Amino acid sequence: MERNLMKGNEALAEAALRAGCKCFFGYPITPQTEISAYLAKKMQANGGVFLQAESEIAAINMVLGAAATGTRCMTSSSSPGISLKSEGISYIAASDLPCVIINVERGGPGLGGIQPSQSDYWQATKALGHGDFQLLVFAPASVQEMVDMVVKAFDKADEYRMPAMILADGLLGQMMEPVTFPEISSEQMPKPWACDGTKMNREHNIINSLYLQPETLENSNISRYERYKKIKDTETDAEIYLCDDAEIVVTAFGATARVAKSAVNTAREQGIKAGLFRPKTLWPFPVKEINESCKSAKKVLSVEMSMGQMIDDVKLALECRLPVSFFGRVGGVIPKPSEVLEEIKKLGGAD
Amino acid sequence: MLNEIILAGFGGQGILFAGKILAYGGLMDNKEISWLPSYGPEMRGGTANCSVCISDDPIGSPLVLEPNYLIVMNTPSFDKFIGSVQPGGKVFVDSTMVDRTTDRDDIECFYVPASQLAEDNDMTGMANIILLGKFIKETSIISLDTLQKAFEKAIPPKKAPLIDVNMNAINIGGQV
Repeated sequence: MERNLMKGNEALAEAALRAGCKCFFGYPITPQTEISAYLAKKMQANGGVFLQAESEIAAINMVLGAAATGTRCMTSSSSPGISLKSEGISYIAASDLPCVIINVERGGPGLGGIQPSQSDYWQATKALGHGDFQLLVFAPASVQEMVDMVVKAFDKADEYRMPAMILADGLLGQMMEPVTFPEISSEQMPKPWACDGTKMNREHNIINSLYLQPETLENSNISRYERYKKIKDTETDAEIYLCDDAEIVVTAFGATARVAKSAVNTAREQGIKAGLFRPKTLWPFPVKEINESCKSAKKVLSVEMSMGQMIDDVKLALECRLPVSFFGRVGGVIPKPSEVLEEIKKLGGAD
Repeated sequence: MLNEIILAGFGGQGILFAGKILAYGGLMDNKEISWLPSYGPEMRGGTANCSVCISDDPIGSPLVLEPNYLIVMNTPSFDKFIGSVQPGGKVFVDSTMVDRTTDRDDIECFYVPASQLAEDNDMTGMANIILLGKFIKETSIISLDTLQKAFEKAIPPKKAPLIDVNMNAINIGGQV
């Protein structure tokens, strides 16, 4: 297959088109604007709708509407813009609608900066809006994974009737790497629930998130969580690197995992038994996989572009059996491999 | 072999494009590559730089901190990056734009009046490619054949005449 050189944002947008995305609603924000720009050029020729909304809030509610018709649809933003979308995302989750949401993270909180960050981990995996709900959260670490994961996100969102998020960052969005586009099946799951016209031969479908009877609302929550349980059992994914005999396991996702991997390689050259655990799904968190990768570990180091967010899930997944320390850079500063190596060396010293 | 390159200068000098051409060269040679630009306000007239990695093995962090090659087209970028070049590294300076030299003796520095050469050859705006021509000559990262293919890939068909213009600029740089 032909290797192309593309920016992460553009490759992701092209993959969304190939995955059958027919509606994109968005509002520009650095560092993800190339997604909008690319789709503005290409969506119409692909028989779809590109619309630059008047705000992020409008865009996510357009996604809700398009998703209700069973159309594959997507929105994209960066950290502050995702916060604006949170009400709509909760409504989409409550309406059991599939869609794909892209967050190319930048430094926060507030308006923050425009350089890469991973400080929306908690938001994405714990509370992207009010109420009990989850999103599928995929964490690419290369331009190729931006492509592969967006295709998967559309499929899994349809399968489980829920929103899926690609949690990327400014580094992955802006960098160019070689990428190949996989063969993508044009077959999609039937959506008998969609509001796409009865053609006078079925009852009306109703998409709704308002349930005034407590028991009815409770039941809708319970049935959603039954689906979540199945997802936790079957949809986790992770890369496990040099962990078989690793005494120090570094945990990192996304762009940070690339930095961590360089540090792990150098540590190995220096005789330190280090390995890397990289979750590719952040929700569901790969609990089984992290326990496998830590079977000979004495210490764990979570490296993130945040003040320490994924570390909570690492500790929970390991049930606090191992000491977990943290190294992070924030505000748009990318950790250096040498800094991570120093942290590994500290742990490799006296017990 | 991991080659880590920083290209830096003012926005508008074609820093990012020159970096892209190197990345396309790596692509044509079936290497692992990454290209990471500075983005944001720098692109609108301030300083611009990009990191390019060309390697036989998968690339870890695409952000180059200690380059073994530096291509630099303005004084602020020269001051910012000259100290970070790895010992044994090579530096390519547009000496029309940069009014100083380095006293480091553990690196090799080539001072090319690229902007002046561009003007003399009626190629205003192509100092970046002239400097790239010197880079190609003094390093063995990419062959001239590969570079030709890189331009063919990077330049859209409707602008195809620019391929020869660029290769001419490369040759001018190579003859310095």
